[in-house]
Amino acid sequence: MNLADILAILNARVLTNQVPLQKTVESAYCADLMSDVLSFSVTNSLLVTGLTNAQVIRTAEMAAIEVIIFIQGKRPDSQTIKLAEEKRIPLLATDLSMFDTCGKLYERGLRSQFHHLNQAPIVTVRAQSV
Amino acid sequence: MNNVEEGVFFLTGKDFTNAGAASSSLKGVLEKRGVPQDIIRRTAIAAFEAEMNVIIYAVAGMMKYRITDTEISVTIQDMGQGIPNIELAMTEGYSTAPDYIREMGFGSGMGLPNIKKSTDYFVINSMIGEGTTLEFTIHLIPCDKERA
Amino acid sequence: MNLQEIMTNLSLEVKTPGLNLDREVTGGYVSDLLSDVMGNASQGNIWITLQIHLNIVAVASLKGLAGIILVNNRRPDEDTITRAVAENIPLMTSDLPTFELVGRLYALGLRCR
Repeated sequence: MNLADILAILNARVLTNQVPLQKTVESAYCADLMSDVLSFSVTNSLLVTGLTNAQVIRTAEMAAIEVIIFIQGKRPDSQTIKLAEEKRIPLLATDLSMFDTCGKLYERGLRSQFHHLNQAPIVTVRAQSV
Repeated sequence: MNNVEEGVFFLTGKDFTNAGAASSSLKGVLEKRGVPQDIIRRTAIAAFEAEMNVIIYAVAGMMKYRITDTEISVTIQDMGQGIPNIELAMTEGYSTAPDYIREMGFGSGMGLPNIKKSTDYFVINSMIGEGTTLEFTIHLIPCDKERA
Repeated sequence: MNLQEIMTNLSLEVKTPGLNLDREVTGGYVSDLLSDVMGNASQGNIWITLQIHLNIVAVASLKGLAGIILVNNRRPDEDTITRAVAENIPLMTSDLPTFELVGRLYALGLRCR
Protein backbone atom coordinates (compact mmCIF):
# COMPACT_ATOMS: atom_id res chain seq x y z
CA MET A 1 0.00 0.00 0.00
CA ASN A 2 1.45 3.38 -0.88
CA LEU A 3 1.53 6.50 1.26
CA ALA A 4 -0.97 8.40 -0.86
CA ASP A 5 -3.56 5.64 -0.32
CA ILE A 6 -2.90 5.60 3.42
CA LEU A 7 -3.35 9.37 3.63
CA ALA A 8 -6.64 9.15 1.77
CA ILE A 9 -8.05 6.17 3.71
CA LEU A 10 -7.29 7.77 7.08
CA ASN A 11 -7.83 11.38 6.08
CA ALA A 12 -4.35 11.88 7.50
CA ARG A 13 -1.86 14.71 7.33
CA VAL A 14 1.88 14.71 6.84
CA LEU A 15 3.83 16.23 9.75
CA THR A 16 7.35 16.06 8.32
CA ASN A 17 8.88 18.42 5.78
CA GLN A 18 11.18 17.37 2.98
CA VAL A 19 10.94 13.67 3.71
CA PRO A 20 10.14 11.78 0.50
CA LEU A 21 6.60 10.41 0.43
CA GLN A 22 7.01 8.03 -2.48
CA LYS A 23 6.97 5.00 -0.22
CA THR A 24 5.19 1.68 -0.22
CA VAL A 25 4.64 -0.42 2.89
CA GLU A 26 4.09 -4.15 2.84
CA SER A 27 2.88 -4.70 6.39
CA ALA A 28 1.59 -2.84 9.42
CA TYR A 29 2.04 -3.01 13.19
CA CYS A 30 0.21 -1.28 15.93
CA ALA A 31 1.62 -0.77 19.45
CA ASP A 32 2.42 1.71 22.15
CA LEU A 33 5.14 -0.49 23.60
CA MET A 34 8.33 -0.10 21.65
CA SER A 35 9.96 -3.38 22.65
CA ASP A 36 7.08 -5.20 21.05
CA VAL A 37 7.61 -3.26 17.86
CA LEU A 38 11.28 -4.21 17.98
CA SER A 39 10.49 -7.88 18.47
CA PHE A 40 7.71 -8.20 15.90
CA SER A 41 8.07 -5.86 13.03
CA VAL A 42 9.67 -6.62 9.71
CA THR A 43 11.24 -4.18 7.28
CA ASN A 44 9.10 -2.11 4.92
CA SER A 45 6.36 -1.65 7.46
CA LEU A 46 4.06 0.97 8.88
CA LEU A 47 3.79 1.64 12.61
CA VAL A 48 0.49 2.83 14.07
CA THR A 49 1.03 4.26 17.53
CA GLY A 50 -0.36 6.60 20.15
CA LEU A 51 3.06 7.34 21.59
CA THR A 52 4.65 10.56 20.34
CA ASN A 53 8.07 10.78 22.00
CA ALA A 54 11.52 10.61 20.42
CA GLN A 55 11.86 6.91 21.32
CA VAL A 56 9.24 6.10 18.69
CA ILE A 57 11.46 7.62 16.00
CA ARG A 58 14.49 5.78 17.39
CA THR A 59 12.55 2.53 17.42
CA ALA A 60 11.53 3.03 13.80
CA GLU A 61 15.11 3.80 12.90
CA MET A 62 16.46 0.64 14.57
CA ALA A 63 13.72 -1.62 13.26
CA ALA A 64 13.87 -0.11 9.76
CA ILE A 65 10.21 0.93 9.86
CA GLU A 66 9.32 3.12 6.88
CA VAL A 67 6.39 5.20 8.07
CA ILE A 68 4.85 6.19 11.43
CA ILE A 69 1.24 7.22 11.89
CA PHE A 70 0.02 8.91 15.08
CA ILE A 71 -3.60 8.36 15.99
CA GLN A 72 -6.40 10.19 17.78
CA GLY A 73 -5.12 13.67 16.97
CA LYS A 74 -1.88 13.12 18.88
CA ARG A 75 1.09 15.19 17.71
CA PRO A 76 4.77 14.88 18.58
CA ASP A 77 6.71 18.00 19.58
CA SER A 78 8.89 19.87 17.07
CA GLN A 79 12.09 18.24 18.32
CA THR A 80 10.67 14.78 17.63
CA ILE A 81 9.51 15.85 14.16
CA LYS A 82 12.99 17.22 13.50
CA LEU A 83 14.56 13.89 14.49
CA ALA A 84 12.22 12.07 12.07
CA GLU A 85 13.18 14.50 9.31
CA GLU A 86 16.86 13.82 10.02
CA LYS A 87 16.22 10.07 9.84
CA ARG A 88 14.00 10.56 6.78
CA ILE A 89 11.03 8.79 8.32
CA PRO A 90 7.68 10.32 7.26
CA LEU A 91 5.30 11.05 10.13
CA LEU A 92 1.55 11.07 9.50
CA ALA A 93 -1.27 12.06 11.82
CA THR A 94 -4.93 11.07 11.81
CA ASP A 95 -7.80 12.02 14.08
CA LEU A 96 -9.14 8.46 13.94
CA SER A 97 -8.79 6.16 16.94
CA MET A 98 -6.21 3.39 16.88
CA PHE A 99 -9.02 0.86 16.50
CA ASP A 100 -10.55 2.49 13.44
CA THR A 101 -7.14 3.27 11.93
CA CYS A 102 -6.14 -0.40 12.03
CA GLY A 103 -9.60 -1.51 10.94
CA LYS A 104 -9.71 0.74 7.88
CA LEU A 105 -6.22 -0.20 6.71
CA TYR A 106 -6.96 -3.89 7.24
CA GLU A 107 -10.21 -3.52 5.31
CA ARG A 108 -8.21 -2.15 2.39
CA GLY A 109 -5.86 -5.11 2.39
CA LEU A 110 -2.93 -4.20 4.63
CA ARG A 111 -1.76 -7.02 6.94
CA SER A 112 0.87 -7.78 9.58
CA GLN A 113 3.44 -10.39 8.84
CA PHE A 114 3.57 -12.74 11.76
CA HIS A 115 7.18 -13.22 11.55
CA HIS A 116 9.33 -13.01 14.61
CA LEU A 117 12.57 -11.10 14.48
CA ASN A 118 14.65 -14.00 13.39
CA GLN A 119 13.76 -17.60 13.44
CA ALA A 120 16.35 -19.59 15.31
CA PRO A 121 19.49 -17.71 16.16
CA ILE A 122 22.30 -19.38 18.01
CA VAL A 123 21.95 -18.03 21.49
CA THR A 124 24.14 -18.46 24.50
CA VAL A 125 22.98 -17.01 27.74
CA ARG A 126 25.28 -17.30 30.68
CA ALA A 127 23.67 -15.37 33.45
CA GLN A 128 25.47 -14.60 36.67
CA SER A 129 24.03 -12.80 39.61
CA VAL A 130 26.02 -12.26 42.76
CA MET B 1 42.14 -9.49 10.95
CA ASN B 2 43.38 -6.11 9.83
CA ASN B 3 40.06 -4.41 9.46
CA VAL B 4 39.18 -3.87 13.12
CA GLU B 5 37.14 -0.86 14.18
CA GLU B 6 36.46 0.06 17.80
CA GLY B 7 34.66 2.82 19.63
CA VAL B 8 32.85 3.87 22.76
CA PHE B 9 29.78 5.96 23.59
CA PHE B 10 28.91 7.35 27.00
CA LEU B 11 25.37 7.05 28.31
CA THR B 12 23.66 9.21 30.91
CA GLY B 13 20.84 7.81 33.06
CA LYS B 14 17.43 9.51 32.64
CA ASP B 15 18.63 11.47 29.60
CA PHE B 16 15.59 10.57 27.54
CA THR B 17 16.28 13.28 24.95
CA ASN B 18 19.40 11.51 23.75
CA ALA B 19 18.25 7.97 24.46
CA GLY B 20 19.03 5.92 21.37
CA ALA B 21 21.71 8.27 20.04
CA ALA B 22 24.54 5.78 20.75
CA SER B 23 22.74 2.93 18.96
CA SER B 24 21.99 5.28 16.10
CA SER B 25 25.68 6.17 15.80
CA LEU B 26 26.65 2.49 15.92
CA LYS B 27 24.12 1.82 13.16
CA GLY B 28 25.81 4.58 11.13
CA VAL B 29 29.22 2.97 11.62
CA LEU B 30 27.88 -0.38 10.37
CA GLU B 31 26.21 1.23 7.38
CA LYS B 32 29.45 2.96 6.44
CA ARG B 33 31.23 -0.39 6.56
CA GLY B 34 28.68 -1.91 4.23
CA VAL B 35 27.44 -4.52 6.71
CA PRO B 36 24.32 -6.35 5.39
CA GLN B 37 20.98 -4.69 6.30
CA ASP B 38 19.66 -7.66 8.26
CA ILE B 39 22.72 -7.74 10.50
CA ILE B 40 22.60 -3.97 11.00
CA ARG B 41 18.98 -4.27 12.05
CA ARG B 42 19.69 -7.05 14.57
CA THR B 43 22.64 -5.14 16.04
CA ALA B 44 20.70 -1.88 16.21
CA ILE B 45 17.75 -3.50 17.97
CA ALA B 46 19.94 -5.24 20.57
CA ALA B 47 22.04 -2.11 21.16
CA PHE B 48 18.96 0.10 21.47
CA GLU B 49 17.28 -2.17 24.03
CA ALA B 50 20.49 -2.30 26.06
CA GLU B 51 20.95 1.46 25.79
CA MET B 52 17.36 2.09 26.94
CA ASN B 53 17.97 -0.15 29.97
CA VAL B 54 20.90 2.04 31.00
CA ILE B 55 18.90 5.25 30.46
CA ILE B 56 15.94 3.90 32.42
CA TYR B 57 17.60 2.08 35.29
CA ALA B 58 21.19 3.27 35.75
CA VAL B 59 23.01 6.44 36.74
CA ALA B 60 25.41 6.21 33.82
CA GLY B 61 27.09 3.72 31.56
CA MET B 62 28.98 3.15 28.37
CA MET B 63 28.61 1.23 25.15
CA LYS B 64 31.75 -0.18 23.59
CA TYR B 65 31.86 -1.84 20.21
CA ARG B 66 34.39 -3.79 18.25
CA ILE B 67 33.86 -4.78 14.64
CA THR B 68 36.11 -7.25 12.90
CA ASP B 69 35.84 -9.01 9.56
CA THR B 70 33.92 -11.83 11.21
CA GLU B 71 31.81 -10.35 14.00
CA ILE B 72 30.37 -7.35 15.82
CA SER B 73 30.73 -7.36 19.62
CA VAL B 74 29.07 -4.81 21.85
CA THR B 75 29.54 -4.36 25.59
CA ILE B 76 27.19 -2.20 27.60
CA GLN B 77 28.35 -1.54 31.10
CA ASP B 78 26.39 0.49 33.63
CA MET B 79 26.55 1.91 37.10
CA GLY B 80 23.12 0.89 38.26
CA GLN B 81 21.37 -1.08 40.95
CA GLY B 82 22.07 -4.47 39.37
CA ILE B 83 19.57 -7.20 38.45
CA PRO B 84 18.57 -9.34 41.48
CA ASN B 85 17.23 -12.27 39.44
CA ILE B 86 18.51 -12.53 35.88
CA GLU B 87 16.44 -15.59 35.02
CA LEU B 88 13.28 -13.67 35.92
CA ALA B 89 14.49 -10.60 34.01
CA MET B 90 14.93 -12.79 30.92
CA THR B 91 11.27 -13.86 31.06
CA GLU B 92 9.10 -12.21 28.40
CA GLY B 93 6.71 -9.78 30.02
CA TYR B 94 8.53 -9.57 33.36
CA SER B 95 9.39 -6.01 34.31
CA THR B 96 10.18 -3.90 37.35
CA ALA B 97 9.70 -0.65 35.44
CA PRO B 98 7.69 2.09 37.15
CA ASP B 99 4.49 3.34 35.50
CA TYR B 100 6.03 6.47 33.99
CA ILE B 101 8.46 4.29 32.03
CA ARG B 102 5.58 2.15 30.76
CA GLU B 103 3.77 5.29 29.67
CA MET B 104 6.86 6.11 27.61
CA GLY B 105 6.50 2.82 25.77
CA PHE B 106 9.24 0.93 27.55
CA GLY B 107 9.45 -1.42 30.50
CA SER B 108 7.14 -4.02 29.01
CA GLY B 109 9.52 -6.82 29.90
CA MET B 110 10.65 -7.56 26.35
CA GLY B 111 14.03 -5.83 26.38
CA LEU B 112 16.38 -8.62 27.44
CA PRO B 113 14.43 -11.30 25.54
CA ASN B 114 14.70 -9.09 22.44
CA ILE B 115 18.46 -8.82 22.85
CA LYS B 116 18.68 -12.59 23.19
CA LYS B 117 16.56 -13.09 20.07
CA SER B 118 18.62 -10.66 17.99
CA THR B 119 22.09 -11.90 18.83
CA ASP B 120 24.27 -14.97 18.38
CA TYR B 121 25.94 -14.77 21.77
CA PHE B 122 24.71 -12.93 24.84
CA VAL B 123 26.08 -12.73 28.39
CA ILE B 124 24.82 -10.76 31.38
CA ASN B 125 26.85 -10.15 34.50
CA SER B 126 25.24 -8.24 37.31
CA MET B 127 26.33 -7.23 40.78
CA ILE B 128 23.73 -5.89 43.17
CA GLY B 129 24.48 -2.28 44.05
CA GLU B 130 27.32 -2.04 41.53
CA GLY B 131 25.96 -2.46 38.07
CA THR B 132 25.30 -4.67 35.10
CA THR B 133 27.36 -5.59 32.06
CA LEU B 134 25.77 -6.96 28.91
CA GLU B 135 27.88 -8.35 26.16
CA PHE B 136 26.62 -9.59 22.84
CA THR B 137 28.06 -10.75 19.57
CA ILE B 138 26.58 -11.00 16.11
CA HIS B 139 28.42 -12.99 13.47
CA LEU B 140 29.16 -11.39 10.14
CA ILE B 141 29.93 -14.67 8.52
CA PRO B 142 28.31 -18.02 9.28
CA CYS B 143 30.27 -20.03 11.82
CA ASP B 144 29.99 -23.29 13.71
CA LYS B 145 27.13 -23.33 16.15
CA GLU B 146 28.20 -22.67 19.67
CA ARG B 147 26.40 -23.50 22.84
CA ALA B 148 27.60 -23.16 26.38
CA MET C 1 -22.45 -8.08 19.34
CA ASN C 2 -21.63 -9.91 22.54
CA LEU C 3 -18.38 -11.20 23.95
CA GLN C 4 -19.28 -14.82 23.26
CA GLU C 5 -19.66 -14.12 19.51
CA ILE C 6 -16.34 -12.29 19.40
CA MET C 7 -14.63 -15.14 21.21
CA THR C 8 -16.02 -17.72 18.82
CA ASN C 9 -15.38 -15.72 15.64
CA LEU C 10 -11.77 -14.96 16.47
CA SER C 11 -10.94 -18.25 18.23
CA LEU C 12 -9.90 -16.49 21.42
CA GLU C 13 -8.79 -18.43 24.45
CA VAL C 14 -10.65 -17.50 27.61
CA LYS C 15 -8.41 -17.25 30.66
CA THR C 16 -11.03 -16.42 33.26
CA PRO C 17 -13.15 -19.51 33.96
CA GLY C 18 -16.72 -19.10 35.09
CA LEU C 19 -17.29 -15.52 33.93
CA ASN C 20 -20.41 -14.86 31.91
CA LEU C 21 -19.53 -13.89 28.33
CA ASP C 22 -23.06 -12.98 27.41
CA ARG C 23 -22.40 -9.26 27.72
CA GLU C 24 -22.89 -6.63 25.06
CA VAL C 25 -19.77 -5.07 23.53
CA THR C 26 -20.36 -1.42 22.59
CA GLY C 27 -17.11 -0.89 20.67
CA GLY C 28 -13.39 -1.52 20.62
CA TYR C 29 -10.49 0.34 22.14
CA VAL C 30 -6.82 -0.35 21.42
CA SER C 31 -4.03 0.97 23.62
CA ASP C 32 -1.05 -0.19 25.63
CA LEU C 33 -1.04 2.91 27.78
CA LEU C 34 -3.17 2.63 30.89
CA SER C 35 -3.61 6.39 31.24
CA ASP C 36 -4.95 6.56 27.68
CA VAL C 37 -7.52 3.86 28.39
CA MET C 38 -8.50 5.63 31.62
CA GLY C 39 -9.01 8.83 29.68
CA ASN C 40 -10.57 7.66 26.45
CA ALA C 41 -12.16 4.19 26.49
CA SER C 42 -15.94 4.00 26.80
CA GLN C 43 -18.10 1.81 28.98
CA GLY C 44 -18.80 -1.58 27.44
CA ASN C 45 -15.75 -1.44 25.13
CA ILE C 46 -13.56 -4.44 24.55
CA TRP C 47 -9.95 -3.46 25.21
CA ILE C 48 -7.15 -4.83 23.02
CA THR C 49 -3.64 -4.60 24.49
CA LEU C 50 -0.20 -6.12 24.86
CA GLN C 51 -0.03 -5.15 28.52
CA ILE C 52 -0.31 -8.07 30.92
CA HIS C 53 0.46 -5.99 33.98
CA LEU C 54 -1.90 -6.59 36.91
CA ASN C 55 -3.17 -3.00 36.73
CA ILE C 56 -5.03 -3.64 33.46
CA VAL C 57 -7.78 -5.32 35.46
CA ALA C 58 -8.23 -2.32 37.74
CA VAL C 59 -8.42 0.00 34.73
CA ALA C 60 -10.99 -2.21 32.97
CA SER C 61 -13.05 -2.46 36.12
CA LEU C 62 -13.00 1.30 36.80
CA LYS C 63 -14.01 2.08 33.21
CA GLY C 64 -16.69 -0.62 33.10
CA LEU C 65 -15.14 -2.33 30.06
CA ALA C 66 -16.69 -5.51 28.67
CA GLY C 67 -13.41 -7.43 28.72
CA ILE C 68 -9.76 -7.49 27.68
CA ILE C 69 -8.13 -9.25 24.74
CA LEU C 70 -4.38 -9.83 25.16
CA VAL C 71 -2.63 -10.12 21.81
CA ASN C 72 0.73 -11.35 20.47
CA ASN C 73 0.44 -14.49 22.56
CA ARG C 74 0.98 -12.57 25.79
CA ARG C 75 -0.02 -14.66 28.80
CA PRO C 76 -1.41 -13.10 31.97
CA ASP C 77 0.09 -14.43 35.21
CA GLU C 78 -1.92 -16.06 37.99
CA ASP C 79 -2.31 -12.83 39.99
CA THR C 80 -3.79 -11.03 37.02
CA ILE C 81 -6.21 -13.88 36.31
CA THR C 82 -7.28 -14.10 39.95
CA ARG C 83 -7.90 -10.37 40.07
CA ALA C 84 -9.82 -10.48 36.78
CA VAL C 85 -12.12 -13.22 38.06
CA ALA C 86 -12.68 -11.31 41.30
CA GLU C 87 -13.48 -8.11 39.40
CA ASN C 88 -15.64 -9.91 36.82
CA ILE C 89 -13.50 -8.81 33.86
CA PRO C 90 -13.15 -11.55 31.20
CA LEU C 91 -9.58 -11.94 29.93
CA MET C 92 -9.04 -13.54 26.54
CA THR C 93 -5.87 -14.21 24.59
CA SER C 94 -4.95 -14.39 20.92
CA ASP C 95 -1.69 -15.18 19.18
CA LEU C 96 -2.43 -12.59 16.48
CA PRO C 97 -0.59 -9.26 16.43
CA THR C 98 -2.72 -6.26 17.47
CA PHE C 99 -3.15 -4.96 13.93
CA GLU C 100 -4.49 -8.29 12.65
CA LEU C 101 -6.83 -8.86 15.56
CA VAL C 102 -8.27 -5.34 15.34
CA GLY C 103 -8.68 -5.70 11.58
CA ARG C 104 -10.80 -8.78 12.13
CA LEU C 105 -12.90 -7.13 14.84
CA TYR C 106 -13.49 -4.21 12.49
CA ALA C 107 -14.53 -6.63 9.76
CA LEU C 108 -17.08 -8.08 12.20
CA GLY C 109 -18.59 -4.60 12.43
CA LEU C 110 -17.07 -3.39 15.69
CA ARG C 111 -15.98 0.27 15.82
CA CYS C 112 -14.36 2.61 18.30
CA ARG C 113 -17.18 4.39 20.10
